[in-house]
Amino acid sequence: MDPINAFVLLANFVLVPALAYGSQLALGALGVTLVYGILRFSNFAHGDFMAFGTMVVILTTWVLQAAGIGLGVLPTALLALPVGIVALALYALAAEKLVFGFYRRQRVKPVVLVMASIGVMFVTNGIVRLIIGPGDQRFEDGGRFIFSVREFREWSGLAEGLALRTAQGITIVVALVVMVALFWFLNRTRTGKSMRAFSDNEDLALLSGINPDRVVRVTWILAAALAVVAGTLYGLDKGFRPFTYFQLLLPIFAAAIVGGLGNPMGAIAGGYLVAFSEMTITYAWRRFLGHLLPEGWTPEGLAQILSVDYKFAVSFAILVLVLIFRPTGLFRGKAV
Amino acid sequence: MSVNWRNISLFAALFVALGMVWTFQSPTLALTIVNMGLISAIMALGVNMQWGYAGIFNVGIMGFTAVGGLAAVLISMPPVGAAWSAGAFGAILGLMIGAATIFAAVLVTRRMVPGWPRMLTLIAVLGVGWTLNRAVFVPAINAIEAVNPASEGYLGGLGLPVLLAWPVGALLAAGAAWMVGKIALGLRSDYLAIATLGISEILISVLRNETWLARGVKNVTGIPRPLPGPAEVRQQDWLPGLADTLGWSVNQTAQVVVQLGYATLFLIVLGLLIWLAEKALNSPWGRMMRAIRDNETAARAMGKDVTKRHLGIFVLGSATCGLAGAMMVTLDGQLVPTAYEPLRFTFLIWVMVIVGGSGNNWGSVLGGILIWFLWVQVEPAGRWLIDVATIWLGEDSALRAHLLGNAAHMRLLTMGLAMLLVLRFSPRGLIPER
Repeated sequence: MDPINAFVLLANFVLVPALAYGSQLALGALGVTLVYGILRFSNFAHGDFMAFGTMVVILTTWVLQAAGIGLGVLPTALLALPVGIVALALYALAAEKLVFGFYRRQRVKPVVLVMASIGVMFVTNGIVRLIIGPGDQRFEDGGRFIFSVREFREWSGLAEGLALRTAQGITIVVALVVMVALFWFLNRTRTGKSMRAFSDNEDLALLSGINPDRVVRVTWILAAALAVVAGTLYGLDKGFRPFTYFQLLLPIFAAAIVGGLGNPMGAIAGGYLVAFSEMTITYAWRRFLGHLLPEGWTPEGLAQILSVDYKFAVSFAILVLVLIFRPTGLFRGKAV
Repeated sequence: MSVNWRNISLFAALFVALGMVWTFQSPTLALTIVNMGLISAIMALGVNMQWGYAGIFNVGIMGFTAVGGLAAVLISMPPVGAAWSAGAFGAILGLMIGAATIFAAVLVTRRMVPGWPRMLTLIAVLGVGWTLNRAVFVPAINAIEAVNPASEGYLGGLGLPVLLAWPVGALLAAGAAWMVGKIALGLRSDYLAIATLGISEILISVLRNETWLARGVKNVTGIPRPLPGPAEVRQQDWLPGLADTLGWSVNQTAQVVVQLGYATLFLIVLGLLIWLAEKALNSPWGRMMRAIRDNETAARAMGKDVTKRHLGIFVLGSATCGLAGAMMVTLDGQLVPTAYEPLRFTFLIWVMVIVGGSGNNWGSVLGGILIWFLWVQVEPAGRWLIDVATIWLGEDSALRAHLLGNAAHMRLLTMGLAMLLVLRFSPRGLIPER
């Protein structure tokens, strides 16, 4: 029986990575849910938007690195973030002007907008692969660990170690800051309030003199900013690869739907729920149980519920369970 | 039905384009495009049934084609006797335990009143089922995978003729679609889209990781052919004469003959499907489906069971995709799970349906072949375009070399543009619904 070591082990392999991954998913899901709540369609291009923004961040990082500009222990990518946000915001606004705006004015069924977003997804994907290629890119620099396993062991004297990578620490902090800022914006500022009004009842919002074009523009800019932050944090944590970003679409949508599409609070909760479930279900619990159970009771197998290769199945299973038992999501979203 | 010259000229133009490939590039390339184009057309036909007839938004096509492809392995590969005796019993028993667990869980959910007792029973049922399944299944599949892992390590198939795999592939895909449909149909279109996207990823990861089933990422190669290969055709005594008349080498002639054989097979299947689809579309059933698509509420008010009809057509469309998947694996002669990529096998099919004209079977066929043609031909065209556009950068420019290296991805860009342009300026597609 050794609960402290068991907890440290769990923290190192499940809690900290899940917290970081959950923050990344939550930021992605916030973007999806904003677009859904205000523009009223599921944006399939969101994963590739993330890839596009991250690509700009990576390229800028390389330029900065070549110029010898850096942040010391922090990754240079943080400096490059604003450039990525501006680039993706412009890109999203261009997509709105050239593609989505037309259908919105026609008031088509949402599924046509989804279809258009698939077209945008293709184009974005093509641009990203054309510019940076389909391969892996690592752009993490600065200090690698806030504290490493060895440092932690020496400090605490425990058998198990705990490491906190810089990328994970930054992810959690940045995500928190961005979420607070977003909620402040939506709840306290005039533009944010007009966005929520627009989301609740479009016609009523129009009658009270809210400029729809402005609301739409601001939504795209916010979604772009969230996408770039989410994408960059994910890239710092796990490396950048265009196809992986496309695949993130599934857990991100699962998070947004679980929380209730169109509900920002739900998106955050959903992001963490999906991440923690994915991690706990694909984690091999053998050593953890070994610490907790009496001597000789340690299970022979890995005590892993699903192999890591099936992590998609986790997002999917959560999605299905929510759809069956509570179709509007845990935090009552909207249905269009 | 009056003769529609516009549609005929569209097909004729496509035919001319293929003819130009035949003359200026090579006959084998033209036939390669045709064969894969015909398979794509069948996939597009399946998607068109779901989207064009019934307005169901399915983005899990890749999963259903992969399941169809699996059928080709399970039917036609010779059985691996040692693996069967090593662990087939355990593997099958394990699968049955898994299925029974899920069945029991569904029963518990259905029969018991919501609340804590139900939750606990459910968890208990799943826990016991999972433990039993692991205890039986894992040793069995380890035993199977240990049998000659370099070339076998899986159960193999039934050793039946590969053509039988086509309907079986359709059936397997139909089964998968039925399960997905049961869960996700009747929900909003966005939810269905995400659910199908998820299930297709899961099906692919099953194919990749369950080595005992179809060797996973080690791929199954050498799947038996329904037709004699080029090597056997070359032995025929009429072949040299034919090659002489055409002025081709014997090798090329043999290859062309084989490819023509496949094209004929595929054409027969496609023709049969089109005939059935047209009949169905113009029957009372087809009218009902379109009525449901255009106004669900009204159709429901007229006493139509919308959810059931949706399930039916979802299964039908997915079965068609499964059939196409089995045909594709037969054509390739191998099952390569890593080759299944959603952009290529799901979203490209969508581009075909949209560009061809949703709701029209002939449109899907045209879109299928046309978009496949572009998909193949855009790559060299894109390389040439980048080559010309960056000539001012100089021969040894790194940027130029980089762009040329990535030129293959121009096709994604082009497909996206084609889809967006058609959606915007001709939303009903090249051959609109009548």
